[in-house]
Amino acid sequence: MSVYLLCLVLFCVGLYCILRKRNVIKIIVGVVIAEYAVNLFLALVAYRFEGRAPIFSPDQKILNMVDALPQALVLTAIVISLATTALLVGIAMRIYEKYGTFDITKIKELKG
Amino acid sequence: MVDLYLLLIFMIIGAVIAVEVEDLLSAVVCVGTVGLALSMIFLILKAPDLAITQIVVEILCLIILIRATLKKDLPFSTSGRWLLNTGITVGFIGIFLYVASQALKELPAFGHPLMKVSETYLTDAVKQTGATNIVASIILDYRAYDTLGEATVLFTAVIGILAVVRRIGRKKQGEIIKEEDE
Amino acid sequence: MSKEHESGMSVIVKTITRLTVGLIFLFGIYILVHGHVSPGGGFAGGVIIALSFVHLMLAYGKEVSFKKLPRAVVHFFESFGALMFLGIALLGFTSGYFFINFISKGQPFKLFSAGIIPLCNIAISLKVGAGLFAIFLALVLLKFEAEKRK
Repeated sequence: MSVYLLCLVLFCVGLYCILRKRNVIKIIVGVVIAEYAVNLFLALVAYRFEGRAPIFSPDQKILNMVDALPQALVLTAIVISLATTALLVGIAMRIYEKYGTFDITKIKELKG
Repeated sequence: MVDLYLLLIFMIIGAVIAVEVEDLLSAVVCVGTVGLALSMIFLILKAPDLAITQIVVEILCLIILIRATLKKDLPFSTSGRWLLNTGITVGFIGIFLYVASQALKELPAFGHPLMKVSETYLTDAVKQTGATNIVASIILDYRAYDTLGEATVLFTAVIGILAVVRRIGRKKQGEIIKEEDE
Repeated sequence: MSKEHESGMSVIVKTITRLTVGLIFLFGIYILVHGHVSPGGGFAGGVIIALSFVHLMLAYGKEVSFKKLPRAVVHFFESFGALMFLGIALLGFTSGYFFINFISKGQPFKLFSAGIIPLCNIAISLKVGAGLFAIFLALVLLKFEAEKRK
């Protein structure tokens, strides 16, 4: 149970960064940390005590494997998170090129 | 399980430093350490596929973030109403933590997962698909629709980046921009 | 080292890159092809192949990298990977339904086994590797043009 709570604390650090910081790059860093926390939570749910990795070997019979389904879901989510992070970085670099700053409070021209 | 706790606490400390440090490049490097620790945790949790993918993706993510922050010295802005904003944020996060910890009690305990669907996969996968890596047989045979959707999302992200970055359509009158890169 | 390759990093980095980039590419292909019998698979293999070209580009500059792999080829491979994945899925209609494993399963623990799973791995790796390399190229070229204007 306390492992889940530590994972939630990690998610909350990312959430605090998204809500509180004014710098666009800092907001992207918060999004990345929150993604790590969610991936870690799904992998923690799949773990089983005394379990083996879900790969068969030719000479021995393995019965106690960990849950393979959340691992398969996380595997696609990791690559998608990289692509969305790159999209955020592209938008942030465009903002810097147009306004000369990363600070979202100084970008008054975004209004209207 | 001591190593798991140690790595988790290391990840939290790294994340706090990444959030609070003033230099942007230092923040990005701290995020890199968090990702590498996550890769080691995947290895402890018996998920080697995830560990390989995470360590490779982390390096590429680090390269992209460093390219975004190089040579851009930025003042660290602390705007007014610091106390009010921080108070509201911390209060919201406290409520979120309370509700989430109440919801966590409904989950099965750590180390004893519910294996209703996965039992079938573990016993029948080699016979039905012929692949001995169960994760590969799930993402490409049992649940291949997920992978098709993932390919669609990746394609959409690439098109989005090319549309955000491109130069055509932004030129003023009388200005000629050579388009050798598109 | 010829004269026209003056851009990029120093001679030490270029020599180490020339020695290691082929090995990284080969390791990516190994991870990719053995995805159904050992850890790895299309996602990790594709990203490793993309990283080998990123390595080449960071060390040698963009002219040498474009000579090895032009941008049109990158975009072609990305679309080709997506279409190949969809085509394998549609070929399942010849013997049943969408995404059926229509090739014979073969013997487990061998390289040529598991029906369509290695083919899907190859398609996914083409898609992921070319897509991520296209993202990297777009961001890096944006940076170059912003510097050129100053």
